[in-house]
Amino acid sequence: MARFRLSEHAFEIAPLRRRLLSDRAGAFASFEGWVRDHHGGRAVAGLRYQSYAALAEAEGERVLEEALEKFAIVEACCVHRVGELAIGELAVWVGVSAAHRDAAFDACRYIIDETKRRVPIWKHERYADGEADWLHPEPP
Amino acid sequence: MSRLTVLYFASLRDAAGVASETVEADGADLRALYDALRARHGFALPVERLRVAVDGAFARWDEAPRAGSEVAFIPPVSGG
Repeated sequence: MARFRLSEHAFEIAPLRRRLLSDRAGAFASFEGWVRDHHGGRAVAGLRYQSYAALAEAEGERVLEEALEKFAIVEACCVHRVGELAIGELAVWVGVSAAHRDAAFDACRYIIDETKRRVPIWKHERYADGEADWLHPEPP
Repeated sequence: MSRLTVLYFASLRDAAGVASETVEADGADLRALYDALRARHGFALPVERLRVAVDGAFARWDEAPRAGSEVAFIPPVSGG
């Protein structure tokens, strides 16, 4: 079963968390990205995510495989929304189970950071002033 | 001359006005293909800011265009 997937609709977290349960795990860490009502000092009314689905799923899967190799974790999963989202909606969820908390936190951080950096998903923000734009961030 | 399909995303898709199109690539590599399409559609982003994928896998800009392939131009991503 895929560890990374895109979802066109709001999704339930409980079944994802259940997939990570294991007798070998003593720790669980998760990250949720939410749609915020402002960006760079501008009021945001809503947003839309577009993806290159085939490559996003392949690259997301690679990120999770890397996390499983790099960190002493038991299982991990990430779901990213695509389509229209309203303020406050869940945009991305990452969950990691591990024997100990350090690896769970570190892997969770790695997965969200690499997903944001590499997975071909783009955010289109609609601003309260009526303008809208694609975000193509400069490299750090 | 290689006839292939190109895929556009995000601001490139808006500028091109289509999600994909069939083009004749007559340049030596994928970089030349992007530069030609950038000139045609007025893409703001230079090739240095993009990645390129061929048939669903990341590729190199110096690869030659292959007839029948699907080339995707990947502008800077902003998921999460």
